[in-house]
Formats: sequence, structure tokens, C-alpha cells
Amino acid sequence: MTALVIRNLSVRLRKGPPLLRRVSLDLAPGEVRGLVGESGAGKSMIGKAVLGILPPSVEITGGEILLEGTDLLRLPPADRRRRIGASCALIPQDPLTALNPSHRIGPQITDRLVDILGWTRRNADARARELLAEVQIPDPDRVMRSYPHELSGGMRQRILIASAFAAEPRLIVADEPTTALDVTVQKQILKLIAGMQARHGTAILFVTHDLGVVSKVCQRLSVLYSGMVVEDARVADFFRAPRHPYSAALLAATPKYTDPTAGLNPVPDAVIEAVRAEVAAFDREVAHG
Amino acid sequence: MADLYEVQNLRLSLADMTAKPLLGAAPRIEILKGLTFTIPKGAAVGIVGGSGSGKSTLGRALVRLLEPSGGAIRFGGTDLTHLSDAALRPLRRRFQMIFQDPLSSLNPRHRVGTIIAEPLRLHGFDGIPARVARALDQVGLPQSFAARYPHELSGGQRQRVGIARAIALEPDFILADEIVSGLDVSSQAQVLNLLERLVKDLGLTLAFISHDLSVIRRLCQHTIVLYQGTIVENRPTPDLFCEPRADYTRELLSAIPLPDPNQPWG
Repeated sequence: MTALVIRNLSVRLRKGPPLLRRVSLDLAPGEVRGLVGESGAGKSMIGKAVLGILPPSVEITGGEILLEGTDLLRLPPADRRRRIGASCALIPQDPLTALNPSHRIGPQITDRLVDILGWTRRNADARARELLAEVQIPDPDRVMRSYPHELSGGMRQRILIASAFAAEPRLIVADEPTTALDVTVQKQILKLIAGMQARHGTAILFVTHDLGVVSKVCQRLSVLYSGMVVEDARVADFFRAPRHPYSAALLAATPKYTDPTAGLNPVPDAVIEAVRAEVAAFDREVAHG
Repeated sequence: MADLYEVQNLRLSLADMTAKPLLGAAPRIEILKGLTFTIPKGAAVGIVGGSGSGKSTLGRALVRLLEPSGGAIRFGGTDLTHLSDAALRPLRRRFQMIFQDPLSSLNPRHRVGTIIAEPLRLHGFDGIPARVARALDQVGLPQSFAARYPHELSGGQRQRVGIARAIALEPDFILADEIVSGLDVSSQAQVLNLLERLVKDLGLTLAFISHDLSVIRRLCQHTIVLYQGTIVENRPTPDLFCEPRADYTRELLSAIPLPDPNQPWG
């Protein structure tokens, strides 16, 4: 069964403009899909809608989010939270703000297993140690007793990855998980996520603005502009020949160190105008039913 | 070509407050461990390295926001190394800085016009309104932006304001510290193209700190690679990219994810 199907998902600011415009996408079990676009395009918003953590200022106005066949939006809130808690997880962008600075690492990984999933403390501790070893953290026991500030950025991101995989989720939302890291650490972390993902067979929605990263870890991608999916493609096809002029322009803006003349071309005004006209036409169509 | 900056055996250590005993001084950590290099007048020099390599500390020493603990920094023949704040003040107009995060480096309570005018006033310029107007023009912002507040601007526009504030003083040297790392690829491209043009048109010398080698390749003629407070490579950019000599440079290059699924990335 498909891990995740999103159909015509619309989200808007309460009594305000739309933020997601009938977004549809699907994710096979064990597949990684990139969500790319400029800031404000709505890529993080999709992840938040799936995890049920949208800010109170926005509302879902239509559509379906099917998690392994169950429409999350039709479940009563308590059931929905339980369902998401048991089968989904988040790898956040900033590992420092995602960890509580005044608690040791161990409980921050195990509390969810104990409190929400009803594991025994002993089993949860053993699982945490096992996962910390799997994300190549030397001396897991010492790290579990450490506070976040005692660890480097790369170590903290490894801990959050271990924590995300702890309850064997079917779906992980990775929200720009390497943006705060430098390139050599980014490479280690991306390889780690890819390795964990392959071993555990987890589906991942991978939010990023870096097409270079997409080409390394994703099998498919959705390109967003202003909350609208302008292109849904297989990674191999996309990098050979992007279909939508906006996504082609985004690719042309991405710098390449191998070719100093390529990349760093701003998205041309004509392309922006054309894609804005598409969005406006879409809004008119919605307004007229 | 004459050198604008001559840096000799530059050392800089900072107090390690995480290891400070309750009573007594904190131990010093050596961040820069004896750097020697020059920046030729009119050049764009890239400074690259991982987090903690000392690249921002080096930048801050060049514009004397930090005082070196050893070695020498000469700027246009003047020894800046241990100059007092008062003696530095008249020189500061000549070396300006553009910061990483424009939202925290632009005063949220001031309008863009005031933000650009403030340093002009401090340095005793005349005809300030005309200079502000020209700076906005040079960075491609409409004159009406002078009346806006920073929060009303996009990330790329804010970074243009940061550039306008720096070039309005007609400096000789600009230090740009990770100025595009918070921007989308398209605004990144716009800001870099703008900076490239201004450096050429105004005859500026530029030090461009970045962790992104792709950006440095495009913008800089020389590249300095820092690793744990030492220079591991300092060469013309094309040579460095074609034949990296230091292991760390090779590691940095091979870690960059190119937008190409066929790139070997082992």
C-alpha cells in the first residue's frame, strides 16, 4: 500500500490568502521525495500538515491526507494524534533548538517511547543505545548522559535522526535537516539518513531548497511555487530535462563548482510572471467553482 | 599590483568561557594559528573552511572588530594590529563589512534611508540624501525603499540594503561574511551578480567568506582554505579547483552535492 497520498490539499491563512493550492503527491513505502521551492513556497507547510503541527494561524480548507490508506483529516483529533505519533516522525532543521537544553539526551530520545507508545524504560533505553550506535555515535552511554551543549552540531543532528527512527515510523518528514551544517558534515548526515532509510524501509518527505541534495537522496521530487506543485518528476528525468520553465530556471540558478560559467543565474522576470499568471488563473478557477 | 592587506603570522586567541573556573581567568583557545597572506588591491579573495575553522574570526580581525594576539595586519601600509579604537575610527570608513544575517544587522526601528545615512553622518560626509539615493540606485532598489522598514523587505532586498550601507562610504575594502547563505538560489544569484558588478565598477577589494565553494569559484580570483586555524591552501581559484593540493580541499570539493544524479558521491 502507498505510504502516503496527499490529494488536493488546500491550506490558507485563516480568512487570508491560500498557502497550499490543491497539492497532490504520493509516496511509496521506502521512497524519498524531495519538496523544493523558494522560501514561502509551502514546502515545510506540507510536512507540517501531514504531521498535524500546522500553526494555529492557518487552516486546512480541503483535500485528503491518506496515511497507509487512512484519511488523517477525517479522524477525530485524539485518534489522529495517536495515529501520527505511532507511525510518523520529524527530523527538524535546527538540532540545537529541537533539543531541550536543560535535559540530558537519553530521556529526550526515550520519553516518547515510554509515555506515548507504552514501552518499558528498560526497553526504551536499550533501543536508544542501539540507535545511537547505528548513527555511528561513539560511546552511546556517555552521550545519553550528556546535555545538548556538550555535543557538536553534527552529533546533535545524528541524535535527532536516531530519535526519529526510534519507533520504526512508516513516514519521516525531514525539514531541511542539513541546512545548518557545513558541507563535509552535511555529506556524512545525508549518507547516514540514506543508509538508515534503506535499512528501515522508511518513506521520507525531504524538504530542501538545495537541488544538489535532492539529486543525492531522492527518487522523486515536487517543485512548488506559491503553494502550487508546478512539477512532479522522477529525479533522473528532472535533472536531464525539467519540464516546467520555473523548475528549469531554479536548476539554472543552482551554482556548480565544476563549471564557473554555469549556475547563479537569477530566475528571469518573464518566468516569474508566467508562473504567477498560472497561480492567478488557478485562483480564478477555484473562485468560480 | 600593490597589496591592500599584508597579513603576517597572524595569531588570535579568545577566552574559552565554557572552561572558565569560578575564580580566575578563562583559559585561552588559539583560533588563528599564524596566518600569512596578502590581498592584492582590486582582488576578490574567497575564504573558505568548515565551521570552527576560524574564517569568521579571520574576517573580524581584518576589519579590527577583534584584536590579534600576535603577528601583524597592515592595511594600505598602516599597521592596524594594535591600533586603539580612537585611532581606528577615521580608518573604519575604508574597510566595511556586510553581515550574514541582514535582519539582525539592520536596526528594526529605523527606515532603510536612515540605516544607510547613519554611518555617512558619523564619518562627517556632506550631501547625505544624494549619497543615500545613489547607494540605493547602485544596488538596484527603488528610491521609495528609503521609507521602508527592514521587516517589510525580502531577504534578498535586505541584503541589498546591507551592501548599500557599505558602499555608500566609498570604502577601499569590503568584507562579506556568509552574506548569501540564508537566501534562496535565485536571490543568491542576484545578490552575487550585484556584488560582482559593484566590485568591478567601484574598484573595490573584496574578501568573501563562505562555506560554499561553488559561490567562491564564480566570484573570487584567489581562494584561501582554512582548516583548524591554519591556511592549508592559498592559490588562484581556477588552479585550486582544477588541482586541489591539500587533502582538506579535496574533501571539501568532493562533499559538495552537485545538482546531478550521476555525480559520483562515494
